[in-house]
Amino acid sequence: MTTQTLPTRKALDWHRIGAWAVIAVALAVTIFPFLWMLRTALSSNHSLASNSANLLPADFSWGAFKRVFGMQTTEEAIAEGGSGAAIDFWLYLRNSILFSTVTTAGQVLFSAMAAYAFARLRWPGRDAVFSVFLATMMIPGIFTALPNFLMVKNLGLLNTFAGLTLPYLFMSAFAIFFLRQFLLSMSREVEEAAMLDGAKHGRIFFQIVLPNAAAPVATLALLTFIGQWNEYFWPLLVGNDESIRVLTVGLSVFKSQSPQGAPDWSGLMAATIVAAVPILILFLAFGKKVVNSIGFSGIK
Amino acid sequence: MAKLRDFRIALLFILPALIGLVVFSLVPTIRGIYLSFTEYSILGEPTWIGLDNYTAVFKDDLFWNAMAVTLQYVAINIVFQTVIALGLALLMHRVAKSTFIRGALLLPFLVANVIVALLWFWMLDYQIGIVNEFISWLGLPRVAFFGSEQWAIPTIAFVNVWRHMGYTALLIFAGLQAIPRHVYEVASLDGASPTRTFWSITMPLLRPVLVLVLVVTVIGSFQVFDTVAVTTQGGPVNATRVIQMYIYQKAFGESDFGYASALSVILFVILALVAFVQMKFLKGNESDLD
Repeated sequence: MTTQTLPTRKALDWHRIGAWAVIAVALAVTIFPFLWMLRTALSSNHSLASNSANLLPADFSWGAFKRVFGMQTTEEAIAEGGSGAAIDFWLYLRNSILFSTVTTAGQVLFSAMAAYAFARLRWPGRDAVFSVFLATMMIPGIFTALPNFLMVKNLGLLNTFAGLTLPYLFMSAFAIFFLRQFLLSMSREVEEAAMLDGAKHGRIFFQIVLPNAAAPVATLALLTFIGQWNEYFWPLLVGNDESIRVLTVGLSVFKSQSPQGAPDWSGLMAATIVAAVPILILFLAFGKKVVNSIGFSGIK
Repeated sequence: MAKLRDFRIALLFILPALIGLVVFSLVPTIRGIYLSFTEYSILGEPTWIGLDNYTAVFKDDLFWNAMAVTLQYVAINIVFQTVIALGLALLMHRVAKSTFIRGALLLPFLVANVIVALLWFWMLDYQIGIVNEFISWLGLPRVAFFGSEQWAIPTIAFVNVWRHMGYTALLIFAGLQAIPRHVYEVASLDGASPTRTFWSITMPLLRPVLVLVLVVTVIGSFQVFDTVAVTTQGGPVNATRVIQMYIYQKAFGESDFGYASALSVILFVILALVAFVQMKFLKGNESDLD
């Protein structure tokens, strides 16, 4: 590991100090809003107004989190500056977990299967079909969202889990592309040996290819999960009903329920923390993989 | 015979993805184009009206306003985001390669648009937001970031610069890592200044990555919606009614699916043109490293 990429002058290197100062500012600008989110969530609404510039929680309180999880009575909630409307982030949290897990699992598995067909099998029209898949990456989301909404509505699937998940369940062109690239660069020796031993493609795919591609598949699954967790437009269109609402939609509803006058800021920030924490935990656990996977192939 | 068997196996492997492609991408694309030539309010059947939607779009002041607002957003968003990200990437490449720093800069990108929008909506609040507290502490007048026509679009653009700058920096950083070190060594032996090295070596060799980053971020930027939807909802007046917000309101507010489809066809064409022009004129698919 060399310490320097560019030849630089030794001694007191002002360029270097300047560079670190800029990085420190960028880090501060990045991190501060998250701390402010936490600080607000742990304050009560009344003290937010009077101590708006205090860096620590104005008066420490769990009230906002209780409100978000529907653990306060209506009177308590209103007294603390909430809207008093029923809100249950446990339900939204469950919906988000279910929605993101199911769509990620389906999308990654089916995309991996397709990638196998594109990278390992020979069949007429293969390259043409692959370029059609690639071309769909160019279609803006809203363009297909309108007809998809109409279809889901006509099938009577509005506000159902099926309507919410189906468009994501079967594939993503990016995932197919990403995994195909990896398979093309992966050695086929083991697969060919297994083939000579009479193994079928199904077995080769599940017992050799998937385990060997575990690292890129895991990275892809993580990126997909984060993307699904943050999805807003489609769930807003087809999943606005309380029972099927995911966190992002729940947040926007919570915001629009603001009482007359000042919004329930501490409640809102507590809710954003609830929505952000699962992703932050995932990132802390597997972050290194994500960070190092972002590059050419990670463009999304 | 073996070929036919292979074909059947391939079909089996690709079937789920193919169903997804046909049902949720290809058919909707065709249906979307068809709907753009109809009048359709969800109830009843679409009625064919030829090019009427398109001629109406070109006479629609709100459409032109939406385009102007969107372009203003894209310009501010992309210029600042790309310049800041490029700067950060160069700095990281030069002094700070640690995964920790890169991970920290990536944090805003991992959090949903909706969350980022709400967070900044609070921090930029006119009365008690921390940013305005700071501004008034400096002795300057408070700014109605989301509430004034003049500031709303720049504000939304900056919120998304904040969310994307770290991610974009990492993409560019990966491109910098791919530039072979010996090129720099030769430049330094020849006594090239850092400025000269940057313009004659780094930038040309980074160009394919930069173009790719630009194509992806510009296309994403044109489709801004979440941030607007949870903060200004298009207001004040029409100041932030970006094109996707306008499409959404036409379709789901006014049940005018034909008109909304025509708008999204136009958006599609614009995005395809933008991508094409960028690839063509910035020669994104050629490297100077030959």
